[in-house]
Amino acid sequence: MSVDKDTVRRIARLARLSVPESRLEPMAGELNGIFQWVEMLGEVNVEGVPAMTSVVAQKLKWRADIVTDGGQADALLANAPEGADHFFVVPKVVE
Amino acid sequence: MSDLVSMTLAEARDAVRAKKISSRELTGAFVAAIEQARPLNAYITETADRALAMADAADKRIAAGTPGALEGLPLAIKDLFCTKGVRTTAASRILGDFVPPYESTVTQNLWDAGAVMLGKTNLDEFAMGSSNETSAFGPVLNPWRAQDSNQNLVPGGSSGGSSAAVAADLCLAATGTDTGGSIRQPAAVTGRVGLKPTYGRCSRFGIVAFASSLDQAGPMTKTVRDAAILLTSMASVDPKDSTSVDLAVPDYEKLLDGGIKGLRVGIPKEYRVEGAAAETDALWSKGADWLKAQGAEIVEVSLPHTKYALPTYYIVAPAEASSNLARYDGVRFGHRAKDVRDIIDLYEKSRGEGFGAEVQRRILIGTYVLSAGYYDAYYARAQKLRTLIKRDFDQAYEKCDVLLTPATPSPAFAVGAKTTDPLEMYLQDVFTVTVNLAGLPGITVPAGLTANGLPLGLQLIGKAFDEGVLLRAALALETAADFKHSPAKWWTA
Repeated sequence: MSVDKDTVRRIARLARLSVPESRLEPMAGELNGIFQWVEMLGEVNVEGVPAMTSVVAQKLKWRADIVTDGGQADALLANAPEGADHFFVVPKVVE
Repeated sequence: MSDLVSMTLAEARDAVRAKKISSRELTGAFVAAIEQARPLNAYITETADRALAMADAADKRIAAGTPGALEGLPLAIKDLFCTKGVRTTAASRILGDFVPPYESTVTQNLWDAGAVMLGKTNLDEFAMGSSNETSAFGPVLNPWRAQDSNQNLVPGGSSGGSSAAVAADLCLAATGTDTGGSIRQPAAVTGRVGLKPTYGRCSRFGIVAFASSLDQAGPMTKTVRDAAILLTSMASVDPKDSTSVDLAVPDYEKLLDGGIKGLRVGIPKEYRVEGAAAETDALWSKGADWLKAQGAEIVEVSLPHTKYALPTYYIVAPAEASSNLARYDGVRFGHRAKDVRDIIDLYEKSRGEGFGAEVQRRILIGTYVLSAGYYDAYYARAQKLRTLIKRDFDQAYEKCDVLLTPATPSPAFAVGAKTTDPLEMYLQDVFTVTVNLAGLPGITVPAGLTANGLPLGLQLIGKAFDEGVLLRAALALETAADFKHSPAKWWTA
């Protein structure tokens, strides 16, 4: 399968990434080059092979459901591009 | 002065502890060396004042007779580790002037051991690259140049600032992170040692995430002994990282002794790849002879799925990256675009302006392979290939204890030589990427120079959590190679 300009536009939208119109065509070319190379995985018989979910043999750890940290509103807001009264400020989202 | 900065971590540790030199003197020498070496662009942020204050505090602890394992030793930190109160960039515009309000576990472990931070080193943006050329802060120059040449070479990547800093004596040692080769490849092309530990050995807490199932922090050092020393302090069992493995951290330096008599060293025949330099192959054979001469048994093994490792990686890593990088939205921290229509426009423009070309490419690859209709063909298949690649190693380790392979297909290349075709750059990691996919530890050791004087490395791969044996084999390789070369300090002229 091959990636065209419209596909790049669609995935860019899914990824919430603005890609300028002039970059769509070249990006499609680059992605096609990469996907053509990846096609070689198709030649391997993976029938009955389980997908890897964990690379080391360890059970996922459990921990008590307790609060370990908190009350850090100032620290959390310290890097906000725009904030007010312990809120992050964004453009209007509801009409 | 130059004597101080050219010491190994072990030598400096012993000298500082014996009060032959103070941490202040040592740190001052590095601060001066870093200032002179700015043309290399190895550091994004220098923290000289903090370093000297940390050195003074270390000297006090030494005077009080309570030194930590790394007391007073100046280190460089890859700018992917969050450091409380010190700007952390991941070499990306999207993080803006982000100053973490917390400390990564690995760096906290280092400071707890008494180490001194010299600054934050340059890297490929979000650790995505093999030459340090995707950094928003410009490329790093390799301290090495070919004989009779003034051409600037890349220091490898993504930990290119760290590799350059270690090779140019701008720190005693450095931290790196390795997702597909980002510690080992830069160490190899700068003639130094790079160790990627087993997945889960070092905590990932506070390290800017690239591909969470592959990322692992590790030491970049002048010697194998230094790597053992630094790993001992970096590694820990961390409740803040659920993938950190519950396994006590040994003193790796103590595991170095004992030699390699009877050690079975596997030579995977699939690592003889087309396009690798003839010198790479020759050095590989020499490495096997060196280990054999010290009592190791050389066995030929097969890792049949090796050639599928890179394409598998270029599905798995971008898929995880596209998900991890979703957090950079211009809302809570980092760069925010101006003049936006609505919230979606804010996300799209902030990300479009903030991410560089390679990061954007990988986000798009990842989004595509995870999208409806393509998930099974790409991502699910890649996860199955990953199982097969790991199975190859499991089978090989029935016949051997460690594997010996080349480190990189070629020595350091010129700045700008591989930036037009992304695939050509991706092939740099052909020998290192399998190790990440299988979660294993790997180390590169400088082993020789090319005819025109550039360093080449060899890689050893170990069994999971068998860093002790891996380091012992690496020490044997290092001893035989007797690599004593350093680059000429042309940048101080």
